[in-house]
Amino acid sequence: MNTEPLWNIFINASLVNNFVLAYFLGICPFLGVSAKVDTSVKMGGAVTFVMVISAMCAYGIHVLLVYLNAPFLQLISYIVVIASTVQLVEMIIKKMSPALFRTLGIFLPLITTNCAILGLALFQTNKGYGIVQSFVYALGAGAGFTLALVLIAGLREQMEFAEVPNTMKGTALTLMIAGILSLSFMGFAGLGMQ
Amino acid sequence: MREGGDRSARTGLLKMNFEGQTTDEFIKGLWRDNPVFVQVLGMCPVLAVSNTAWNALAMGLATAFVLLMSNILVSSLRNFIPRQVRIASYILIIATFVTITDYAIQAISVELHKSLGAFISLIVVNCLILSRAEAFASKNGIGRSIMDALGMGVGFTFALLCLGAVREIFGNGSIFGWSMFPDQFQEWIVMILPAGGFFTLALWLLIFNIIKERKAS
Repeated sequence: MNTEPLWNIFINASLVNNFVLAYFLGICPFLGVSAKVDTSVKMGGAVTFVMVISAMCAYGIHVLLVYLNAPFLQLISYIVVIASTVQLVEMIIKKMSPALFRTLGIFLPLITTNCAILGLALFQTNKGYGIVQSFVYALGAGAGFTLALVLIAGLREQMEFAEVPNTMKGTALTLMIAGILSLSFMGFAGLGMQ
Repeated sequence: MREGGDRSARTGLLKMNFEGQTTDEFIKGLWRDNPVFVQVLGMCPVLAVSNTAWNALAMGLATAFVLLMSNILVSSLRNFIPRQVRIASYILIIATFVTITDYAIQAISVELHKSLGAFISLIVVNCLILSRAEAFASKNGIGRSIMDALGMGVGFTFALLCLGAVREIFGNGSIFGWSMFPDQFQEWIVMILPAGGFFTLALWLLIFNIIKERKAS
């Protein structure tokens, strides 16, 4: 049983070991949706919501699988839970805000194949977090993901007006920015308390 | 998207030349539609486990295996899976093979399993595999799907090796664990760090862009 304080878990998940910039999880939406700040905030919100729900479900499933002595079903059951949560979020967003639904487009169903969410479920199981710790971990990871997405979106909005050689444009430039951002996030390493 | 149109036109031209042959399905994954450098798919493992050449190779092979097996199964079941639940079924098929791979790697080398960590399980959510199942295997026969999976798998492994080799050479002064430079060599720590992954991939994409532009002009 892990007894890490909740504040440490939150800081570690959101800043020190940022899911996007340190673990490379969720790079696809990171490169795909992060063109506008507005959209990336909403995308971050959707991902955080899915993260929290699937982290809670993953905890329950883990307990059940340990009881049933069937660890090999872990991956399959996690992915099924995540896929159905995403389906639920998709329906909610479609009902509540059709405009947002159109903006997010294909990237909404693709949250299912967002490694950040499955990664979160697997990491929390490996670390042996309890249910409250898992909840905080999911919140922290979601906050970190949103932060990285919003930061890169802001930088990319500025880059629109910059003079860049044609060869550099597109993914290569975004990756360069992400690299520099990742370097600057290493400054948070001192915050990580053990 | 002028580039996309251009590419599909070229693909069409090549398809005509290779009419009825499966070699084209293999070749396209290697270079023209390389999953990493051209389609920019499955970035997470590419960046995360490419810190040494061995890790990159193992990850590439594991992904290629899952890709091959899932393409075979999806292609052979393509007439039985209802359209509405196809994505869910594909993910289940992929998850099954990833679980097998996970346990196989653990049996072969515990050390390798440790260094790849959760990223073996995360093959499930590699967009490359799902996109091949959806875009190719669900519409084509088994033979062509196998060739497609092999091509994409080799192309993916090749890309991972490109990154892994560069990062290991500069970050660790070695390649596949063999020391390359005299002792005075100062390692570039940044290459091993996450930031190095972003920079190396950006550089490779730049090189590819330059080659593409040369060809176009």
